[in-house]
Amino acid sequence: MKNLVTALFLGCALALAQSHPAVAIHNAKIVTVSGSVINKGTVVVRHGLIEAVGENVAVPSDAMLVEGEGLTVYPGLIDALSTWGQPGAAPAAAATTAGRGGRGTTTATPTTTATAATQAAAIPARGPEDRPQTTSWVKIADEVNSTDRRIETARGAGFTTAVTFPTRGIFAGQGAVIDLLTAEKPGEMIVASPVGQYISIARGGGGGGMGGGFPGSLMGYIAYLRQIYLDAEHYKLVKDTYAKNPVGMTRPEYDRALEGVLDSPRILLPANRLVEIDRMLHLAADLKQPVIIYGGRETFRPEAAALLKQFNTPVLLSMRWPEASRDADPDEPDSMRTLDTRDRAALAPAVLQQAGVKFAFYSDGLDQARDLQRAVKKALDNGLSREDALRALTLSPAEIYGVANRLGSIEPGKIGNLVVTRGDIFDDRTKVEMILVDGRKYVPAPDASPMGGRGAASDPGVK
Amino acid sequence: MKRFLRSVAFQAGVPSGPTPFVGAFFSLVSALLAAAPLCAQTYIIRNATVMTVSKGTFKGSILVKDGKIAEVGEKVMEPAGAKIIDASNQYVIPGIIDCHSHIAIDGGVNEGSISVSSMVDIKDVLNPEDIAIYRALAGGVTTANILHGSANSIGGKTLPIKMRWGKSAEGLIFEGATPGIKFALGENPKRAGNPTGRAINGQAQQGRYPATRMGVEDVIREAFNDAKVYKAEWDAYDAKQTGIPPRKDLKLEALKEVLEGKRYVHSHCYRADEILMLLRIADDYGFKIRTLQHVLEGYKVAKEIAAHGAGASTFSDWWSFKVEAFDAIPYNAAIMQKKGVLVSLNSDDAELMRHLNSEAGKAVKYGGLSETEALAMITLNPARQLGIETRVGSIEVGKDADLVIYDKFPLSDYAKVQKVLIDGTVYFDRDNEVSARPARQAQKQKLIDKEKQQRAPQGAPTRRVGQ
Repeated sequence: MKNLVTALFLGCALALAQSHPAVAIHNAKIVTVSGSVINKGTVVVRHGLIEAVGENVAVPSDAMLVEGEGLTVYPGLIDALSTWGQPGAAPAAAATTAGRGGRGTTTATPTTTATAATQAAAIPARGPEDRPQTTSWVKIADEVNSTDRRIETARGAGFTTAVTFPTRGIFAGQGAVIDLLTAEKPGEMIVASPVGQYISIARGGGGGGMGGGFPGSLMGYIAYLRQIYLDAEHYKLVKDTYAKNPVGMTRPEYDRALEGVLDSPRILLPANRLVEIDRMLHLAADLKQPVIIYGGRETFRPEAAALLKQFNTPVLLSMRWPEASRDADPDEPDSMRTLDTRDRAALAPAVLQQAGVKFAFYSDGLDQARDLQRAVKKALDNGLSREDALRALTLSPAEIYGVANRLGSIEPGKIGNLVVTRGDIFDDRTKVEMILVDGRKYVPAPDASPMGGRGAASDPGVK
Repeated sequence: MKRFLRSVAFQAGVPSGPTPFVGAFFSLVSALLAAAPLCAQTYIIRNATVMTVSKGTFKGSILVKDGKIAEVGEKVMEPAGAKIIDASNQYVIPGIIDCHSHIAIDGGVNEGSISVSSMVDIKDVLNPEDIAIYRALAGGVTTANILHGSANSIGGKTLPIKMRWGKSAEGLIFEGATPGIKFALGENPKRAGNPTGRAINGQAQQGRYPATRMGVEDVIREAFNDAKVYKAEWDAYDAKQTGIPPRKDLKLEALKEVLEGKRYVHSHCYRADEILMLLRIADDYGFKIRTLQHVLEGYKVAKEIAAHGAGASTFSDWWSFKVEAFDAIPYNAAIMQKKGVLVSLNSDDAELMRHLNSEAGKAVKYGGLSETEALAMITLNPARQLGIETRVGSIEVGKDADLVIYDKFPLSDYAKVQKVLIDGTVYFDRDNEVSARPARQAQKQKLIDKEKQQRAPQGAPTRRVGQ
C-alpha cells in the first residue's frame, strides 16, 4: 500500500515537474493580500503550488529565475461570476428586471450555452411540477473547455480564475471554480465543483404568462422556488427512508431537478434594487439555503448594505456600472430614482466595505481588459481603497465560495496563481509581465496592461 | 380586474415606476427618515368636523396617542408635548379602505399561465417603492386589499396592506389581518389563456382550459376536489404524527386554508348566473365567499348574496366597459345594501383609487343613501369585509389612528386631502408635498446636468463597425 502511494506520488510529481518547472520570482514586491505587503521578496512556485514566499526565501537551484526588480506580484484575479470557459456562452446577466426599476442593465437572456440544457418543451409548463426552465442537475465542470477565446483575453487582464456558471433558465445548474488554463484536458481546469446553483429570475414571455408557460410573473417564479425546495426536502426524506429499508416501500421516483438542487452547496439569487435585495434575502431565509446575492446595483444605499449585513450574506457586484442609454430621448429625462442610482452606483463597494459586508466583483459580460480596468477605477474614484478592490477580486471571492484554502492570496501551499506586473495593478499604464496559472507561465501579448490597455490576446475575429 | 386588457399592457412594463416624487430630496433615505419616525408623535386634531362613520358626525377634536385614537369628543385632553393640528373648517374621516387594488405589485399582477395559480402569493412581490402608494395616500387611502389579477379561475394569494410609504415590504403588511385568495369568473379567466389557441406573434399557442363559464365552474370544482383529498391526507397525518408527512403542495395548501376558513375568498364576478354558481360551489364544498368583487349584477341576486353572507365590493357607476358589464346600474350598491348585503366601493385602479371619496358621493346621488352610509362604503364596510373592523374603518377610541383631513366636505369632488395619518404618523402632508417640489426639481436638474457634463468630455467619435 505504502509503495503504491509512493509510486503514485512520484508519478504525479514527475508529470507535474514536466509541465510545470519551478519558478522563482526574486526581489519583487509581493502583495500577498492575506498578509502584509513584502516590499522585496521572493516567491517560489513548484508543481503548480506556491512553495514559499517571503523576504528571505532562497531561490532553489532548479528553479527558473525571474528577476523581479521593479515588478509586483499579486494573487491571480478571480471573476466571481462568469461564463468564461464556456465557448459561445452569453455572459451571466445581472438579472431581475422584474417589474419596474431603473432602466440600466436589462437582463440579457442568454441565447446559447454549452450546457446540455433541454430546450423549452413544446407544451408550456403547467406548474412547478413540470420543473420549468430547470437544468439544476447540469454541472458546468462537465462542460468547460479551454477553447473559449475569452480565457486568453481575461488572462491578459490579470485573471487566473473564474467561477463559471451555466446561466440559462431558472435553475440553470451548478457552477465550478476553474483555473484559466489553456489545458489539453478540460478537467485540469477544475478547482472546485459544484460550488453553487445559479438561479435567475426574468419576466416570463407574454403578459403574465398568458399563452406562455408557468411561471409568467415574478410571483410565479418565487412560488416555484418555494415549491421546489419544499419538494427537495420531502424528496430527501423519502429517499433516505427508502435507502434505510426499501422492503415493502414504494420506490420513490427519481427526480433529476431535485437531485441537482440537493447537490448544490449554495444558491445564487439575483437582486439589484433595494426592494429585490430585501425580497431575496427573506426568500433565501425561508428556503433555508446559504445564499449569495448577485447584481447588487443599489447596494450603495445604506439600507441595502445594512440588510446584507443583518442577513450575513455576501454579494457579487456587477462591474457594469449603470449608464444612461446613449439613445435616450433628451426630452424625457429618467426618473429621479434612476438618475440617483446612476450617480451613486459606484459608491457601492465602499459602502459595503464600510458596512462590513463581504463582496466580490464579477465581470458581467465585460472581458476586455480596458473595460474591467475602467470599472475598478470608477470604484476607486468613489472611495474604495486599492487594497479592498484587490481583495474583492482575489481573497473575498475565494472565501465566498469556500475555496480560500486554495486560492485568493499568496501563501505557501496555495495554488500557484499569480499576476506579475510592472506597476500597480490598477494603474492604466501598468503592464502585465507574466501570469502564472497552476504554476504554468503565460506571457500576455506585447502591450498588455493588467486591466488597462488593449492587449493580451487580441482576437482578429472580433475586433 | 375591470379593464383587463389595460392591466395587461400595464404589466408589460409601461410606466417605469419611480417618478420625481420618489426619493424625497437626496434619496429614499431621507424620505424614509422623514416619513417614518421611530415613535409616533402625540397629536391633537382640533376643531374639525369629525365624521366617525360609526358614531355620528360632530364638531370637535381627536387625541392621537401611541398610534391609536385615544380620545374623541367636543373637547379632549391636551397632554403636554402634543402637537396641535388646527383643523378649523376642515373635516376628518377614517382612513379610506380600498377593497380591490393592484398597486404595489412587482413583476406582474397575474400568473396567467395556468387556471389555478393559488401557489403564488402577492406577499412575495410587494413593492413598497411603487409611487402609486404615495398617490393613494394623497387621495386619503390608508389601507388596500392587494389582489392578484383575474386571469385565473383560482388566482393567487392576497393580503391587505397599509400605505406606509417609506417602509419595507414587510412594513406595509396589515399585521394580523386574515389573508385572502383571488377567484375570478366570467370573461377574464375564460379568455386569459388564449383558449382558442390562436397564434400570438406568429407563434402557435397552446390553448388554456377553460374557454367557457362552464369550464370555469369545472376548474374550481376540480381544484377543490383535489384540495379535499389533500386536506384529508394532511388531517390523517396530523392526527397520528408518525411516518413520512405528505408532500406539501403550495397550490392545494392555499385551498386547504380556504376550506378551513383561514383564508378569505375574494372573487371577481359580474353576472348574476356566475355569482349564483360560485355560491353553490361554496355551499357544496363547505366554505364561504368572503367578498364578491365588482359584482355588477349583484342587484339581481342580492337576497341570495345576503343569505350566503358574502360581502359585495362594487364600482360606483362604471358600466359597459365590457360585454359582461352591460347590465350594470349605478343603483347597484344601494340596492344590495338595502337587501342586507355588506357593500363597499372599490377602485381596481391606481388612478380611481385617489378619489374614492367622490365614488362614495355617487352612492348618495344614485341610491339615496345617507352621507354616513355612503362614507361607510369606503371605510367601515370594507374594513368589515376584510375582517379588520376592530382596528380600522371608523373613528373610535382604541382604533388605529388612520385619519384623513379634508379641506371641504369629503364626499365633494372639490375636497382635497390635507393630511393623512396612519398609526398616528403623518404619511402625507399636502403643504409639505407642495412646498418641497421646487427643491426636488432642482435636485433632479442637478443630476441631469452632472450626467451631461460627465459625458461631454468623453465625446469620442462613434466607432464604426469593422474599424
